[in-house]
Amino acid sequence: MPSFNLLAQSILSGMFIGGLYGLIGLGLGLTWGLLRQINLAHFGLVFLAAYGSYHMATVWKVDPLLTLLILPPLFFVFGFSMQWVLAKFEISPFNSLLVTFGITVVIESLVQAIWTADFRRLETHYNDMKFTIGPLYVPVPELITLVLSVLLSLLIWAAMRYTDLGKALRAMAEDGPIASAFGINQKGMSLMLAGICAALAAVAGICLALTFTLTPSQIFAWVGVVFAAVMLGGLGSALGPLVAGIIIGVSEAVTMAVAAPSWAPIVSFSLLIVMLLLRPGKL
Amino acid sequence: MTIDKTIAGILGAGALLASIPWLGLPAFYESFLYLICHWMILALSWNILSGYSGYFSFGHGAFFGIGMYTSAGLAANLKWPFLWTLPAAALMAAVFGMALGFVVFRVKSVRGELFALLTLAITFVVGTVVLNTPIDGGPGIYLNAVKVPAIGPTASSSIYLMALMGAVATLIISYRIQSSKLGLGLFAIHDDEDAAEVMGVPTLNYKLVAFGISCGLAGLAGGIHALFVSYVTAGETFTIVVPLTVVLMSVLGGTRHWAGPAVGATVITCLLYFFTAGNNPIAGKAAVGVILVVVILFMPNGILGYFLKRTARKNATHTVPLSAVHGSAEPEAETAPRSAPLITLETKPLLEVRKLSKAFKGVQALDGVDLKVYPGEILGLLGPNGSGKSTFINVVSGHYVASGGEVFFEGQQLAGLPAHRIAQAGIARTYQIPRPFAHLTVLQNVSLVAMFGGAALDNKQATQEAWKWLEFTGLHSKAFALPDDLNLHQRKFLELARALASRPRLVLLDEVLSGLTPAEINEAIELIRKIRDRGATIVFVEHVMRAVMALADRVAVLNYGKLIAVGPAQAVMQNKEVVSAYLGTPHA
Repeated sequence: MPSFNLLAQSILSGMFIGGLYGLIGLGLGLTWGLLRQINLAHFGLVFLAAYGSYHMATVWKVDPLLTLLILPPLFFVFGFSMQWVLAKFEISPFNSLLVTFGITVVIESLVQAIWTADFRRLETHYNDMKFTIGPLYVPVPELITLVLSVLLSLLIWAAMRYTDLGKALRAMAEDGPIASAFGINQKGMSLMLAGICAALAAVAGICLALTFTLTPSQIFAWVGVVFAAVMLGGLGSALGPLVAGIIIGVSEAVTMAVAAPSWAPIVSFSLLIVMLLLRPGKL
Repeated sequence: MTIDKTIAGILGAGALLASIPWLGLPAFYESFLYLICHWMILALSWNILSGYSGYFSFGHGAFFGIGMYTSAGLAANLKWPFLWTLPAAALMAAVFGMALGFVVFRVKSVRGELFALLTLAITFVVGTVVLNTPIDGGPGIYLNAVKVPAIGPTASSSIYLMALMGAVATLIISYRIQSSKLGLGLFAIHDDEDAAEVMGVPTLNYKLVAFGISCGLAGLAGGIHALFVSYVTAGETFTIVVPLTVVLMSVLGGTRHWAGPAVGATVITCLLYFFTAGNNPIAGKAAVGVILVVVILFMPNGILGYFLKRTARKNATHTVPLSAVHGSAEPEAETAPRSAPLITLETKPLLEVRKLSKAFKGVQALDGVDLKVYPGEILGLLGPNGSGKSTFINVVSGHYVASGGEVFFEGQQLAGLPAHRIAQAGIARTYQIPRPFAHLTVLQNVSLVAMFGGAALDNKQATQEAWKWLEFTGLHSKAFALPDDLNLHQRKFLELARALASRPRLVLLDEVLSGLTPAEINEAIELIRKIRDRGATIVFVEHVMRAVMALADRVAVLNYGKLIAVGPAQAVMQNKEVVSAYLGTPHA
């Protein structure tokens, strides 16, 4: 049995990684729940933003946190235009999965062509910043990720709940044609939402670059666990992926500490399977 | 015995391709052709469950991996002769798949994306277990020492020949399933699983069988692949790559055609191979991505689906001369027209319902209903909105499971039986909002019911039966159209034709007249009379009083789930309780 300190440190690092799961899952779950699109390209966008941030920081010497102001607006435009094209075709959720898979493969090739398949690590002064609370180490980049994830999830949650735009979005998700009949601009809304989700992907990508070593083939490594977080948290929910992400992250980290790192995947996916079978309606 | 032309064609092509190792071509051709065969088996096997029935599985990597590890473990560690490990690999994967299906298919809401994700999750769980247990243990399994069975002149040609045989077998299996009753049932499940069950398709068993075959073939492909790669690791095996690639290949080729995935597998494998063999693998990858996007957007039904649709449209425009299809033009009534049957105390009821109840989370939709329906009568089921009429039909037909009470049909207890068994017992129903199988033609929609329902006809008879009822309902000119091309009136009649094609002894009609114009209603009333004249007993739910008065021998009135009156129409309509149920209680 590991010591209390080790366990506490695992739980903390589980929360950090869970925050990233939640942040990546936030945009994915919104398009899935509200637009009925399973957007695999979201993972491609996350990595594209991560590499973009890496490039700006190492080649152009821009502070990585400043890229938070540059990349998300660019990605908003990208997501907006992609949806504009996709909306011309009425595609089923499954075909959306395949189309966005194709887009992801293109992004992966693009990333590989520009930055090669080698491992890349964003080296900045943030890497060494950490402080301690009692016996626990708190690395700053991870903390930034978690804070951003919590703030953005809360922001989206509040917007969905209290603004007219959010209410319109929820009505549209419930029944698109009826919502349009009541004067909701369905197309405009979906363009806007796709843009926002792409911007969220950019934020997640920057956080990924701050905390992880990058390689193009890693794009698909995130799919399984983030899908699990989104499904557990509920499609279209703003806070769900974060909560589920943290649950998954912590349970993975504890499994790694108690058993062995290689056992970690079984936790999140068993959790997902049990949820799907026992409470499928709740997803 | 004659051999099917398509099967002969597949066997011929297989025999031709089997001669390649003896032509003395460079070994590169064998590994290239091996890969095509390998992906063909995987994509075709995936399609048997996922393409035909619409249960998109993302767990094909798990079954493939189970086969791979079974073969690798048996051959490398336990020193089995390699060929013996292949049936074991297929069996392990099939058993695992069916056990999984047995759990998953019982949870009704696990369909669509949920099924896809569940199976994806299974892949990672299986992968983790394999990695952490002695099955692999971490370092992977080497098959260098395993003796390659000497089928061809060289080791690589032997592996190629094994995969080729697997591909030929898988093609034949896919083809046979599509043209069989199993295939038709799976296609019906794809379009509307609940309706399929009510029409007599044993949905659970069909899905299990399809899943078992699908997984077994994937396990076979995995077993052969273990020898091809000669080094098996969990990290390379249980990934999202295998399921994504097979989905991609199948959708690209067309999931509604048995050969579609084979076309897709060939196209994608060639593309990948030529690009990686060239100097620009990255551009190749990007090209595959672009092709995928373009094909899905412009040909959502896949390459074969696209061409099939074009030919189908051609067929739909030329009408089929009816007399050519079957002998008599107008189906003869089996007996002379009858009027209301004489019901005496000795008459045995056809359907007897005792204390039937159905509750939805506190709402008592049916509350202890006792009702007898006699052979040959037309019983009108009336009541205000929400009184439980449709629930009655849904419970009797097995669409819902009763919360309490008994249903006897010809003396047989039906309550609690799955819907397909009730359909096979001789009860047919229509849906208030027509639920045709959208991707099957009007003719197929009807012949399917003749095959699966109480009539249990074989394919040829079922088609004849379907023609008969299409003509009876006036839909014969639309036989090759898809249900989407019908108007509401025609769709309602299609519901009728479907119900009748199973040769039911009891027909439950749920508001067949709602939404029709007065002229169409007259036509429908005549049709319902004719149905009774052919010997069926009818229970119908209806709001159109004119039709009720014209048709019903007796009426039964429900209110708040309770039966408040039964008897001849005129008498019941004057019953005080019935009047107040409809119009409210008069105040003094």
